[in-house]
Order: sequence, then structure tokens, then C-alpha cells
Amino acid sequence: MAVKKISKSDFADFVDKLLASRKVYAVQAKGDRFDFAPLLSAKDLRLDYDVTLQPPKKFFIPPVETLLTFSTGWPSPEAGAKYKSNYDDEKFVLLGVHPYDMVAINQLDELFRQGYCDNHYFTRRDNATIVAVDVVNPSQNVFAAEMGAAVVKEGFDVLLTDIGDAYVAQIATDKGQQLFATAKMSDAGTEDMKKRQEVQENNKKLLAKHKLKCPASYLPKLLEKAYNHPVWEEKAATCFACGSCNQVCPTCYCFGVQDDVSWDMKTGSRCRAWDGCLLDGFAKVAGNHDFRKNRADRFRHRLYRKAKYVPEKIGGQIACVGCGRCVGACLPDIANPVVVYNRLVDDLGIG
Amino acid sequence: MCECCATEKDIYLPEAATIQKMRLMNDTEMYVRFTMDGPGAPVFDFTPGQFVEVSIAGIGEAPITISSSPTQKDGIEMVIRRIGNVTKAIHKLKAGDKIGIRGPLGKGTYPVEQVKGQNLVFICGGIGLVPQRSFINYVLDNRDDYGEVTILLGTKCYSQRFFQSELEQWLARDDIHFMETIDEAHDCWNGNVGVVTTLIPKIESELATSQVFICGPPIMYKFVLMALAEEKVPKDRIYLNLERKMKCGVGKCGHCQINNYYACIDGPVFKYSDLGVAPEAI
Repeated sequence: MAVKKISKSDFADFVDKLLASRKVYAVQAKGDRFDFAPLLSAKDLRLDYDVTLQPPKKFFIPPVETLLTFSTGWPSPEAGAKYKSNYDDEKFVLLGVHPYDMVAINQLDELFRQGYCDNHYFTRRDNATIVAVDVVNPSQNVFAAEMGAAVVKEGFDVLLTDIGDAYVAQIATDKGQQLFATAKMSDAGTEDMKKRQEVQENNKKLLAKHKLKCPASYLPKLLEKAYNHPVWEEKAATCFACGSCNQVCPTCYCFGVQDDVSWDMKTGSRCRAWDGCLLDGFAKVAGNHDFRKNRADRFRHRLYRKAKYVPEKIGGQIACVGCGRCVGACLPDIANPVVVYNRLVDDLGIG
Repeated sequence: MCECCATEKDIYLPEAATIQKMRLMNDTEMYVRFTMDGPGAPVFDFTPGQFVEVSIAGIGEAPITISSSPTQKDGIEMVIRRIGNVTKAIHKLKAGDKIGIRGPLGKGTYPVEQVKGQNLVFICGGIGLVPQRSFINYVLDNRDDYGEVTILLGTKCYSQRFFQSELEQWLARDDIHFMETIDEAHDCWNGNVGVVTTLIPKIESELATSQVFICGPPIMYKFVLMALAEEKVPKDRIYLNLERKMKCGVGKCGHCQINNYYACIDGPVFKYSDLGVAPEAI
């Protein structure tokens, strides 16, 4: 579709007008950091952010969500429970998604579609209009370039690139076209396109605060020979098994399911909530058999999911997009995937 | 909703089912037979090895493997050990009560068609008899389609035995070999004492050319596989029923993952040779 240009002041006017008619979640300052939150005024919008505290996955898989509501039938089990699907059916605009987070959303799309399609996820996904934005200020731990996620080609409805006093806006879908229908835009010229190209090419170099010693595409092969490497025990020795790395990860999507009942036990809801494979008991079954009892096993499982297990399900893409959030979230500083993978490259070599 | 699921129902929504019969079989194991009320009523199509998520509103869901054969049309049977919140709640129900069912689930099932004409050996440990029973009874209902059938069952102690009258019928049949052992000697037990692997040398059919199916407690697999390796049974003739915490049952939640496999969608029955490098399997 079209590539347009919009001045920053016209963009601010457009956003303020948009707020009157649409629910908009956008990146804003939170203390001295940033996060996605409901936007009330264009002046709060910070498209120059480095990284958000939480990835935007929470808009598609909320930390806690109601899958079903039910009447329990209590106290007459012969009457039976009646279940009803619950869908969060509200249209919204997600404004300011960085390319690496967009790549993560694209991966989640595939994973929630595969085999059994998850309507709860896709109701939210279809209700979202995503405006992505190329990175202006790289965060201190970002390594998206190393994972091939410094720029993004698809998934968004609109992609903005800051070229100084204006944004170049790539309108990629009908939804994006409709969203920007009232915006005061002109066609992007050759010079504008050149500037956009420069930003994106630079980001492919700049979003690499941690350097991977092998191509990301080699990681699945690297892990094939690393299962019994001592690094898992070494790193896990100081792991709190707190699950922070899972929580801030844009590609982690494991969940638990739990029922809640009302005070009179007549109605209730079945909710799913984020879970984490680093947490104790994640793989425990009835009878107290725990298939990943050791922290080292769980630590290894996370990094194998990122670079081997999930890639096998999504056509080889590495399920770490290099946002670097886990690096900052991990108190004992053991979560950086690049450090672990580089150690394996050092010890096991390439090829 | 995406195009692929626009017409599909909610994968987390249980369907109503009615309990037809319940019977406590020992201290902890409850026999349950149910029929579906709506879609698939009274008995949906399934393949031995598949499981259902049993739902008790307000308590939760538990994955339970179907124990009856698809040839049985008066209901679907399960055996439920009282061990967690959901299973405790199920034990309190009675015939006529309603439960929620999602399923059948699981794409890795017993190779019902592929092993026709071949000798079959079932090695069951304790409650591991329950999933195997679905295929065993299917084989017995289609007896001419399969070769020699050997069933080995090991139970921890005498009081934990269940399906006793059915086991007696298996013992009495002359077209199958059924052998049983209990781990701990008991005054009322005259049979073999010892773990299930002690029965393996007693198998009369040629083990190396048989198809072998294993289901039991986690600790059992290693020892059975070692015994089968000694008997030179190739890995592509061994099937493992690897049940895990299949929480969502549809390959999303991650709880049942065994290295790169999901027990719920890739299994729960796996061909040993297909598992490749999956140290978490055993």
C-alpha cells in the first residue's frame, strides 16, 4: 500500500483527534522508564522511547483473562454447570510497537493459530490496529539486530519512521488506511524514503548492544550439542526461579488456568493467567512427579524453547527477538541469552 | 477471529456429559462411565490413547485418558485416581450427575491400523493399565486382526489392583497371554511377586518382532526400556504413553512439554524411535 509523510505537529493533531473516537494504548513515560498505557493526550506519547517495561503481548494475552463464565449448578450436580465463552471484544489502537515486539506478535499469531486456533487471542488481535514505529533510541540491552528483528516487514497496520521533523508512514493494511484516513499526509518523496532507509539500516547495526558470536540461524544446531553442557548448572546456581525473564519476554506465552467462584458458589469464571517455565512446579503432575524439578533443567528449557523448540514450530525463526528485557529484569544477571549462547559457541565451536 | 477459526467453537469450552456409572475400585481409583449430552452423543469417535479434559465448574479441569475401547457404545470409561482438587471433586459425584468434557484430545494415539496382523505386547504399571485398556479391549473386539497378544501388569500392592473381574476374564482366555505381578508379597496373592520387568523373560511370543506398548509410573519406563534393549527390541517397535500435565490440552499452555514435544498434541502416545533426542521423556 502507500507510503506517506506526516509532519510531527500534524501527527500530534491527528492523535488528539483519534483519542476522541478510539481507545488508544500507547507508549508513555513511567517514572524514568516507559510502558504501554491508555493514552489521554498526544503530548504524553513518547515514540522516542528505548524499550517498554512490559512487551505489548499483554494486549493479546492479558496477565489474567476470563476464558469462560459459568453457573456451577451447585448444590445440584445433576443439574450441571452451564459454560459460556467470554471474549474481550473492544476495538483498540496499539501505538508505538517497536519492530522486535512486532516480530514477537507475528510469532504469537502463528503459535495461537497452529493446530487449535485460540479465538480468545484472535478476537483481541483482530480488534487491534497496530501502529509500529522504528527505534529512535536503542535501549542499553537491545540485541534485536543480532536476532534479525531490528526492522520488521509485516504484521503491522502502519509503520512509522522518525525522519527528524516528520514521520514516514507505511500504510500496510486497510485497517491502517482507515485509521489514518483523516490524517493530514502527503506522499513520501525520494528524499524521505532515503532517510527512512538510513534509519532502518542504522538500526540493523545499532540494535546490537550484545553481540552474538554466531548467526542466529545457527542456534538450533548449536543447542543440539549443548544439552549436557555445564553452563546450565553454572547459571542456574544463582537463579531465584522467580520467572521474571518469562514475564517480561515478548515471546513467552505459557499459561495456567484457574477457576474462581462467587461467594454463593452459584456462578464463577475460568481464568487463564501467565505462567512461567522457570517457576517451581511448572511441569509437576499428580502424584508429585516433577519433570523439571531442577532449576538448571528449567533454565535450560527456557533457552531451548527460544532457540530450538519454538523455532521448529514456526519455520525456523528464533523465538528470541533481542528486546533485552530479560537482561534487565534478572536480579542475579544470568538471563542474557547472548551470554549463554556465546559461551556455548566458545566451548563447542561452530559447525 | 481469524479466517481459520471463524466457524470453529471455543477450544476451551466444555460440552455437557452425564455420568452413567461410578464405582470405587480400590482406595483411590474411581471407575466412571459417561455419555455426551450434545455433540457426539452418546459416544464420540476417538482412537485409543486419546484423552479428555474433565471439567468441574468452580474447581477446574483434569486431563484423563479414555479407558474404554471405541467399540464400546454404551458410554466412555475413565478411571480417576483421587489425587488433586478436580479428581477429589469427581469422586464425590454420582450417576446422573453432569460433568464438562473437552475432547477427544491428543493426536499421538495407539497405532491401531498400522500394527494389524502383528504380535502385540502391553506392559502396564499400576494405573498405566487404564490407557492401555482402551487399545487392549479394541484388539480383543477385533481379535482376528492382530497376532499374538501378551499383557503384562505390575501393581505396587495387592490392595491397589482394580478391574479384577476383567483381569480374571483375560486370564481365562486362551487367545491372549495375560501375566500379572505385584511388587510386594501379600497373603491373598499366589502369583508372581516383583516389579513388572520380572515378567518380561516369561513372554512366550517372539519379543523382538512384537510391537510393545508401555504405560506406567515415570520410574518404570527406564527399567522396562533397558529390559527391552536386552531382548533386542528395536526402538521403532516400542510405543510409550507419556502422560504429563496436559493443562490446556491443545498445545498452547506449555505445561506438558517434553523437550520439543507437547504430550497433548504430539502424544500422549509416542513411538520411541520418533522421540529422537528427548531426555525429558524418560
